[in-house]
Amino acid sequence: MRAASTVLGPVVRVLSTGRPRRAPRAPSASVQVPAPAAAAVAGSRQAASVLAPVGLLVVLLAGWELYARLGSVSPVILPSPSAIASSLVDDRALLWTNFTVTAGEALGGIGLAVIGALALAGAIHFSRSLRLAVYPLLVASQAVPLVLLAPLLVAWLGFGLAPKLAIVVLVSFFPILVATLDGLAATDPDLLKLVRTLGATRWQAFVSVEAPNALPGVFTGARVAVVFSLIGAFLAEWSGASRGLGLLVEQAIPQLDTARAAAAVALLAGFALLLFGGLGLAERRLLPWTRTVSR
Amino acid sequence: MTPMATQLESHEPRPLASPAEHGLPPRPLARPAEHGSPPERLGPPAEHGSPAIALRGVTRSFPRVRQPPLTALEDVSLAIAPGEVVAIVGPSGAGKTTLLELVCGLQQPDLGELSAVAAALMPQRDLLLPWVDALENAGLALRLAGHSRAQARREAAPVFEALGLAGFEQSRPDQLSGGMRQRVAFARTLLSGRSLLCLDEPFGALDAITRMELQDWLADALATSPRTVLMVTHDVEEAVVLADRVLVLSPRPGRLIAEFTVERPRPRERTDAELVALRARILEVLR
Repeated sequence: MRAASTVLGPVVRVLSTGRPRRAPRAPSASVQVPAPAAAAVAGSRQAASVLAPVGLLVVLLAGWELYARLGSVSPVILPSPSAIASSLVDDRALLWTNFTVTAGEALGGIGLAVIGALALAGAIHFSRSLRLAVYPLLVASQAVPLVLLAPLLVAWLGFGLAPKLAIVVLVSFFPILVATLDGLAATDPDLLKLVRTLGATRWQAFVSVEAPNALPGVFTGARVAVVFSLIGAFLAEWSGASRGLGLLVEQAIPQLDTARAAAAVALLAGFALLLFGGLGLAERRLLPWTRTVSR
Repeated sequence: MTPMATQLESHEPRPLASPAEHGLPPRPLARPAEHGSPPERLGPPAEHGSPAIALRGVTRSFPRVRQPPLTALEDVSLAIAPGEVVAIVGPSGAGKTTLLELVCGLQQPDLGELSAVAAALMPQRDLLLPWVDALENAGLALRLAGHSRAQARREAAPVFEALGLAGFEQSRPDQLSGGMRQRVAFARTLLSGRSLLCLDEPFGALDAITRMELQDWLADALATSPRTVLMVTHDVEEAVVLADRVLVLSPRPGRLIAEFTVERPRPRERTDAELVALRARILEVLR
């Protein structure tokens, strides 16, 4: 438990607050908290940050298990957590092979989306006419249901990796773009004035002030986008694929193997949590100045 | 020009009595401004060459929603010679910051003419970049001028240390106290390489002792490498200790209502009876 709380503590804290915050301050000397008591307070806070989410999960799973066993719903429609767990164990090789495919598509797509969104955000930030031309189209594109787009992309790009990447990029590009643009626009105008008086060119002002100011926004967008990207990859596989969790679920349901389908979804959900928390940790690491709430 | 002169005369409570009345030596410590004189005599003496800053009849106002525009500065004329140190005092809202931003080219006057050499601004808020450490903030202008990071740090280090910041080179701004951040901002301004420094309440966030230390340090620095300085302050003592001239702005809309010349070599003693007397006279005008 001690090891678990050390490892999970930061992840759970990042997950629970959404945005990374500075870790609770050690009590100042003037408060005169005896050292053991202070350690105990810190320890119990650490424990709480692990126990709260785990406890809630256990309660929810127990309720689900009871309902699945005692309720009137067929296990084909609602598998019990224990059935899902045993499928996770029994089908682990199958699940893992397909999971790596889906995860690879999602990560590859996210990578492309980040590069594309950053480039377009920079261009839009500099060009008002580009913003006017492109932004409305991008907003409208987000309303197009994926189930409509996916078959079209398969028809154009075939059954390989390309249409999956395309769909992942489509769903994860937009949140990154919007958050980055907002971050660029939210730069303190006085800071820009100041670097101008120090001789900065427009480009230098962008590189030294606006771009760093937008980095927390990039992370916020990416945290939203990773969750979308998994749904995107899953849906893309559903529409035609030779491997992947989407295909696995598509095949498991007609075989009435709902537990396996649910196990695949559980795997995806766990991966989403891991990516979301990992990005939060990366932000704490890479952007240490965002840990303090601005003055 | 005439309306301004009239205004000035009507506002100016004759800040200085004649030296004889106070039993001062023949060479006056301060002489009253010559606001009633023709504009050319407002400028610096001819031997200084072209002024570093020249304003003629500058007015600046800001539009407001459903209200008449807010006039921050009205009909301000002044000239500052290269190497001169000029302090501007005045009540809050007198347009002091607006005047600095005009001189630095961050705002344009609505009326009047303004010319100034390139200036480095030290804003009232320290405005350090949160994502780089203190030493790199201090050397920001060097980085912008194309120096490598290592070179900028090397060149910034002596000024950084002279301002009592040694040991905090790698601290981020959010890890520094307000007074330290202000000193980093001051270092950044000094390292701009500009001959004209516009300082907006440069030592306002410092404790009294550090403030005095830095005032003395600035006086020394100006003695060894002269720069033109236009500084806004609410500290009249700071103005008389550092400045060659002290300009007084009226409450909004800001107009120049008095001007005092401090003819005392720097560094100056704060306890100098004549400086203390001058300070009292400036405070009287401000009241």
